[in-house]
Amino acid sequence: MTGVDTTPSTPASGAEDRTPLVVVDDLCKVFPVADRAKIHAVEHVSLQVDRGETLAVVGESGCGKSTLAHLIIRLLDPTGGRIVLDGADITDLSARAMRPHRQKMQIVFQDPFASLDPRRTVGRAVGEPLRVHKVASGNELEERVANLFERVGLERQHARQFPHQFSGGQRQRICIARALALEPELVIADEAVSALDVSIQAQVINLMMDLQAEMGLSYLFISHDLAVVERISHRVAVMYLGQIVELGPRSAIFENPQHSYTKRLLEAVPIADPRRRHHRPLLTDEIPSPRWGPGEAPERVELAEVEPGHFVGVEAPTG
Amino acid sequence: MTDVMMPDQQELVPAGRDAWRMFLRNRAAVAGLIMFFGILFMTFFGPMLYDEDPNDIVARPFLEPGTEGAPAMGTDYLGRDVLAGVINGGSTTLTVAAIAAVMIVAIGVTIGALAGFYGGTVDTVLMRFTEFFQVLPALLFAMVVVTLFEPSARTISIAIGLVLWPSLARLTRAEFLRLRNLEFVKAARAIGSTDLRIISRVIFPNALPPLIVSTTLVMGAAILFEAGLAFLGLGDPNTLSWGLMIGLNRGNFLNAWWTVTFPGLAIFITVLSFSLIGDGLQDAFNPKLRGR
Repeated sequence: MTGVDTTPSTPASGAEDRTPLVVVDDLCKVFPVADRAKIHAVEHVSLQVDRGETLAVVGESGCGKSTLAHLIIRLLDPTGGRIVLDGADITDLSARAMRPHRQKMQIVFQDPFASLDPRRTVGRAVGEPLRVHKVASGNELEERVANLFERVGLERQHARQFPHQFSGGQRQRICIARALALEPELVIADEAVSALDVSIQAQVINLMMDLQAEMGLSYLFISHDLAVVERISHRVAVMYLGQIVELGPRSAIFENPQHSYTKRLLEAVPIADPRRRHHRPLLTDEIPSPRWGPGEAPERVELAEVEPGHFVGVEAPTG
Repeated sequence: MTDVMMPDQQELVPAGRDAWRMFLRNRAAVAGLIMFFGILFMTFFGPMLYDEDPNDIVARPFLEPGTEGAPAMGTDYLGRDVLAGVINGGSTTLTVAAIAAVMIVAIGVTIGALAGFYGGTVDTVLMRFTEFFQVLPALLFAMVVVTLFEPSARTISIAIGLVLWPSLARLTRAEFLRLRNLEFVKAARAIGSTDLRIISRVIFPNALPPLIVSTTLVMGAAILFEAGLAFLGLGDPNTLSWGLMIGLNRGNFLNAWWTVTFPGLAIFITVLSFSLIGDGLQDAFNPKLRGR
């Protein structure tokens, strides 16, 4: 679209350590609802994020991708499975025991207007992680906050202003600055650019890619927008009804999709060129509910490796 | 120029300044503020300017204001100066209201914040506890408390505080419920902030405007309560208050209207001023009305 460099930097370019940064194994989240029914939001999800790579998780709204993000950053407690961050099992850690690990992973939320405290200067918001973890104080803290503002393409003077004085794109930059304050290794972007205008989206995506190249960050990029995902990701996981139905390198998913749901998702991507546009069957049918009555449970999708690193959910042979 | 990190109070300035401007544009609220300062002025400086002991018998009983030798507001059934009573009776009333308000805020905000923030069992237990106090017949309960212990300003304040805190607790809980799932609160959690820090530094400042409004209104209610208890003879009989004056003179209302009317007006104006200020603050804190 706009940028010259449209390919993400090669994963793990700066990182010598080849062990995965995050390993999610058989993660489940079941919410109890009325009438003893259960919402299976995340079902037996296993994935890993390597150092310096961007793993995108795509799917329609309601497929559990945000729940997955919240589970990994431990804003929600999983009902099953394990989360290993940088070799440490963080699945059952208490809030207190979790604190040191939070320095390694941060999150950027979807709504840039809700994710900053309206009563705090943005400088305070960005400095808050440093204060909470007692990493810096006084002049040193001020200086680090100013550097963070410059790093995300804002000016240091902006630190004194309040969130309502910024546009959506600027606010998302501020949220990224806050996420970077503790120099984390993993940044979870939960629909981080979905609420922005397309041109602003491109700027923020470029910023995220630059920061990745600079700091060797890993991203877990949650999105429903395949155009954005194609731009930023190294690998892609497709989620449907709480389960991963296809996972593989970006090229495999976009050029050689195997699962019928992935194919349909790709067909729904708008094409900017009218000559290439043709009538396509769009995803009009609603996704079935992840709500299951007492004693019922969703059928588990088995993944088969069709080529190295490319896993596809085995489908029942029905039309 | 080095104040990149401003302290908490200063951060509130822009929002506060806007709110103040909105408040000043509301004439009724400004009138309420003037009335309130008038009452405060009378209570603090009145005794110096009008040097008359409210317990002294200064003239014949039941002297109507305007008649010869009568003080400006007449005399009561013992011949005491009603004006001196009105001037000196305010301090008890205002002190009781202030102590009660502190209690109401302390109990109400603490219980409401814990219930709203933690939810689940904590919420259920705390809210049942709140409802227990809410369904108590307020006046009766306060009367029992005052009767069991000595009827001093402190006991009366505590009794009032005990019956009026549930409304503030419920409001605080509702605000915490609304705010706790917002993304900036989740962000604070993801950073690793402690619960105490999230409650006191993140949610509480954002819940403050409606709590301030509610506190103002509850102070008006506290004053009425104090007056009501004194009227029923449950006030401190040795401490002059507006409610006590009305209570002592209530039998003479039909033949000596001034003995009851002037302290009554003082209560009326004070409660009205709190109401008007509360309404004004409500509008001032409402972002939808800003910038009109």
